[in-house]
Amino acid sequence: MKYIDEFRDEKIARALIRQIAGRLTREWVVMEVCGGQTHTIVKYGLDQMLPEGVRVVHGPGCPVCVTPLEKIDQAIAIAGLDDVIFCSFGDMMRVPGSASDLHQVKAAGGDVRIVYSPLDALRLARENPAKKVVFFAVGFETTAPANALAVWQAAREGLGNFFMLVSHVRVPPALTAVLEAPGNRVQGFLAAGHVCAVMGTREYEPLAEQYRVPIVPTGFEPLDILDGIDRLVRLLEAGEARVENQYTRVVSRDGNLAAQERIFSVFEICDQKWRGIGEIPASGFRLKKDFVRHDAAVAFDVRDIAPCESALCMSGDVLKGLKTPGDCPAFASECTPENPLGATMVSAEGACAAFYHYGRHEKAGDTIRRKD
Amino acid sequence: MCLSVPGKVLDISSEEGFRMGRVDFGGIVKKVCLEYLPDIQVGDYALVHVGFAISRVLPEEAEKTLKLFRELDGMEEREER
Ligand code: SF4
Repeated sequence: MKYIDEFRDEKIARALIRQIAGRLTREWVVMEVCGGQTHTIVKYGLDQMLPEGVRVVHGPGCPVCVTPLEKIDQAIAIAGLDDVIFCSFGDMMRVPGSASDLHQVKAAGGDVRIVYSPLDALRLARENPAKKVVFFAVGFETTAPANALAVWQAAREGLGNFFMLVSHVRVPPALTAVLEAPGNRVQGFLAAGHVCAVMGTREYEPLAEQYRVPIVPTGFEPLDILDGIDRLVRLLEAGEARVENQYTRVVSRDGNLAAQERIFSVFEICDQKWRGIGEIPASGFRLKKDFVRHDAAVAFDVRDIAPCESALCMSGDVLKGLKTPGDCPAFASECTPENPLGATMVSAEGACAAFYHYGRHEKAGDTIRRKD
Repeated sequence: MCLSVPGKVLDISSEEGFRMGRVDFGGIVKKVCLEYLPDIQVGDYALVHVGFAISRVLPEEAEKTLKLFRELDGMEEREER
């Protein structure tokens, strides 16, 4: 496919890896903050091909994985109601709540539907006026324009039976949280290209400056990622802390202004809990007051549900880049994609699931084994 | 969910007041909302996420990146000789 195949050339990948190796005078730790990039890195074994001296750790880049447990429990509670059609992206179905998951609600007779786009949920609301249609709006800034348009349109049409359970996360405050965490080892970031496609790269500039870290918005194909790492290493070796855009075919400094305008007409920035990490200031979106009648958490009054997390799971440390999945005693034993204990084992973009699917069952240390 | 895929815009229409279009992803054609790319035209490539085009893929920029890659590759070959 155009714009995909050209960015997977193995010969060029090796040339990029040699170029990275040639730049290194010391060790660097860099973090990728997007589940899609985690997936590519593990799928193609890029972390194992990279020279000694660059270590890539996986950050909190999967919105499925960081959706707080109480939101999952709220979703499960709402989805089980008789007069509700509950709509979700497919990857939320098996995310474990305190006692159940959406898949089990569906198996028990709940009307839970997997949709491809929030506009599909909007259509269901139009077609089923006697039902309450609830869309589980999870995602990073990339998904926010779609979700914003669905709510905005529901309000415009006066669709009183369309609701959204919102759990939106923003990337820049998460980078701040990683940098400020005690014991942080991360010295540079590959920023998520698709988040930047919407938001632009401007909001990363103050971060790069304040924390003296280079940030490289990067695409998702293997050559993009290697190019992103090469640029990061060049900036690190030169002591330059700035934003350098690798993904120029898609990302601009301003981003998509029409999309941003719609996002901020519907959502406002709020403090947000991240599963396994805790609350991060200003790291989420919530519906503005004008759209409160479409807010499922208010309409169904599920805000008081008290969650209960598995004691075994260390996904919080995996998400912060402090541990690799192989460090977890439950990895590939008590915890598998069929029987996930933590959210990072569910989504294909979660670090634990990515390691599992690509046979990285070896234990810690080995998982970041490097060879020249 | 994070997956976004580049596809070619086949046509542009209006549905329920939205700018919509059919987009071809290497043979798989899907209806996509083009509301956020008011300038996109038939034949252009767009990056699509959960049914929404979020960015146009710029051919000249893609070519620039690929040219750098090819130069790097060529440079190494010359060195090897
Ligand atoms: S392997 Fe399972 S239990 Fe361990 S950190 Fe990952 S999701 Fe949690």
